[in-house]
Amino acid sequence: MKPWTVVVAVLAGALALIFAMLDLPAPAFDLLPAVTTHLPASGVEHPVTAVLLNYRAYDTLLEVAVLLLALIGILALGIDADPVAPRPVEAMLSILARLIVPAMIVMAVYLLWAGAHRPGGAFQAAAVLAAGGVLLQLGGLIASWSAPRARLRWSIAGGFLIFLGVALVTGLESTLLQYPMPIAGRLILLIESGLTISLGLILSGLFLLLSRDRKNEAP
Amino acid sequence: MNLTLAFDLLLAAALLWSGWRSLSTPRLSRAIVMFVSFGLLMTLAWARLQAPDIALAEAAIGAGLTGALLLDTYGALRRRQHQENGA
Amino acid sequence: MSSSMVFAVTGVLLFAIGLAGMLIAAHLLRKVLAFNVLGSGLFLVLVGLPQRDGMADPVPQAMVLTGIVVAVAATALALALLRRLHALTGATSLPRDTDA
Repeated sequence: MKPWTVVVAVLAGALALIFAMLDLPAPAFDLLPAVTTHLPASGVEHPVTAVLLNYRAYDTLLEVAVLLLALIGILALGIDADPVAPRPVEAMLSILARLIVPAMIVMAVYLLWAGAHRPGGAFQAAAVLAAGGVLLQLGGLIASWSAPRARLRWSIAGGFLIFLGVALVTGLESTLLQYPMPIAGRLILLIESGLTISLGLILSGLFLLLSRDRKNEAP
Repeated sequence: MNLTLAFDLLLAAALLWSGWRSLSTPRLSRAIVMFVSFGLLMTLAWARLQAPDIALAEAAIGAGLTGALLLDTYGALRRRQHQENGA
Repeated sequence: MSSSMVFAVTGVLLFAIGLAGMLIAAHLLRKVLAFNVLGSGLFLVLVGLPQRDGMADPVPQAMVLTGIVVAVAATALALALLRRLHALTGATSLPRDTDA
């Protein structure tokens, strides 16, 4: 495909979209009042968390399954050994990792807990944990994953299994993922805790499965 | 034009500039670094759009994890290329 | 023009830049970069467009939160495939098909 053809076509499409967007009529229905009126019954006080883990919990369940599939895809490709010995670890990075990662773990637990009342939740906490995992590997404090063993595999799948378990139990009782109102908040916290650990492992595993170890000896 | 609108226009211009430069730089390492800064500017954009949850996730995942993945892949590709050229 | 509309228009332009980059670039790593820029533009449109009257809409924000995490997983899988391709064949771009 000639580059100029692509550029002109894409630019024309973008301009058409922009003119359409500037002229857009008001939407037919508004979801925001529906979200806020049922917020006290959902178990949490933050609307985004309520949407993610209560109103659209089924989408979140499928999303965790997609993440698990991506990790399985990377595992299925095979991990090849690095051809050249990698660089040794710098001392500064190792010291930084030792100082910062405990604070990151505390921050992740706080984000998980705060997700009920203010911006936060399982995904943000898992992202911070994954960044901590990457920092630990870059500082030479943990090894890259070459052959994940049973405990690691169970921890990775555990969050999804907890979510699936809650879905099955609620599905067999009344409707799929319809939490009974008195325990909705606690169920959401249980699901989010499992998701934090699992997604943190999955997201850091996306990096740790491919990056090879830094050696600790002098070059 | 008040000050907040001017800030938003400046941020949008910075987003477009870093996004375009990330895709048009001939050197791949510079492209990845421009992409990480694009991710950080996106975090600011999410904060301006009253979406603090997305800003938190974008800062950790979009700028941090994706940047680490891209740089690691680039380094591995280059190491293997050097080994193949030398062998 | 409200500030969220500015970001929605920026999102469309970023989508266009990312799409052109994905179609034009030869190196697969650049295609992955372009895919991420395209995705970010799309998320800006998803969040900026419902907000043109001022109130933040939580439903598309939850969708975009999901989207960011899935995009990083897709990027990781694409990069793993790229490393595999390079380890097996030494190429970093897909073979050009010749219709001669």
